Amino acid sequence: MAKSDVKLLGVWASPYVNRVQIALNVKSVDYEFVEERFLPKSELLLSFNPVHKKVPVFFYGDKTICESLVIAQYIDEEWTNGPSILPSDPCDRAVARFWAAYLDEKLFPAVRELLLAQEEEAKAVLIEKIVEGLALLEAAFVECSKGKAYFGGDSIGYLDIAFGSLLGWLKVVEIMADVKLLNEAKIPGLAEWAVRFSLNDVVKDVLPEPEKLIEYFKIFQARVEAAAKS
Amino acid sequence: MAEEVVLLDFWPSMFGMRARLALAEKGIQYEYKEEDLVGGKSQLLLKMNPVQKKIPVLIHNGIPVSESLIIVQYIDEAWSERYQLLPSDPYQRAQARFWADFIDKKVWTSGHQVRSSKGAEQEAAKVEFMDSLKLLEGELGDKPYFGGQNFGFLDIAFIPFYGWFHTYETFGNFSIEASCPKLIAWAKRCMERESVKTLPQQHEIYDFVLHVNKMFGLD
Repeated sequence: MAKSDVKLLGVWASPYVNRVQIALNVKSVDYEFVEERFLPKSELLLSFNPVHKKVPVFFYGDKTICESLVIAQYIDEEWTNGPSILPSDPCDRAVARFWAAYLDEKLFPAVRELLLAQEEEAKAVLIEKIVEGLALLEAAFVECSKGKAYFGGDSIGYLDIAFGSLLGWLKVVEIMADVKLLNEAKIPGLAEWAVRFSLNDVVKDVLPEPEKLIEYFKIFQARVEAAAKS
Repeated sequence: MAEEVVLLDFWPSMFGMRARLALAEKGIQYEYKEEDLVGGKSQLLLKMNPVQKKIPVLIHNGIPVSESLIIVQYIDEAWSERYQLLPSDPYQRAQARFWADFIDKKVWTSGHQVRSSKGAEQEAAKVEFMDSLKLLEGELGDKPYFGGQNFGFLDIAFIPFYGWFHTYETFGNFSIEASCPKLIAWAKRCMERESVKTLPQQHEIYDFVLHVNKMFGLD
């Protein structure tokens, strides 16, 4: 399949976009990355994701798919030759989906809010929330991995991708809020998994360095403020 | 080994209804356990869904599954030899999942606002609610069901909301049929199915909401 048949509209800094990139790498699928500029949102974004107007937007031939977890499942089901992303057992699939939904509903928003929080009290509340969430995920890791390297077992799976995509931004809030979240003493399983995940071949060229993300964040905030004033 | 299937549920919950519909469509025998959420959560619920503490929870041979859309997919996969709920084609499955997620993010949230807020907040919620319904009507198009010729995952995800339409319309003082006649036609088509007939009626849901509002002094 020609590279141009598979396209991904996104930004390198978005963990949701990174999920799709990692999923494509797991399946060894070549794709064209189209960078979204934002402010204003491109015609391409607005016409192909009119409902949410967000990245990632995935294109395969004349098909368009939005929402990172929906895209990841699609990639798993469309490219059946490569390694599986979702587990095969219905119970394990339900558990993986449950925690991925939890990440989107609770953990990702808490990290985003912490990034933007100004007051110390608000930050403290968010840090507490994130620490609690990570403790739950540590238990989930023990349950899902069954002693192996990843949530998905021997190789990276759906929940690894759903969660691992956040690691760059987790490191960013650790630096900016001066707090250790992936604490080896409290969550040893996850702390080790995070290192292993980041070094994996399908991940290492995708997950941005925290320093680059901090730079991106500052530039983006400046653009947002400038747009608000104009 | 005999299958043991239990559903922790709350009768007016549209999320619970999704699980009931999936079980009915697959012809699965199960024990229905009512959680009186107005009274307080049971020990069983807190044990089976300690993270979210919400219904529905499907307990299959002692193992809990939570989150209504995850439960429906689980039922489809665990009883894969029976009536298929999700389409076979990966792209159609992706579309079904996208729109089910949309229903949870937009329709549920704005609908809830319509019936629980007033003034400008309620007006804004009404606009969002109707815009969301129009998008869904567009997705339905001229198909008999969201699943095409067959009643499926997305129909199951959305039809429980029909029981709540009268409540939304009365609280918000508007007509859904006036703006989305095709959706109402679809809903009535779904109502002919045995599984859907067992869902609570619109007036039962409305009476329940009035009762709860009175109880909590929200009226």
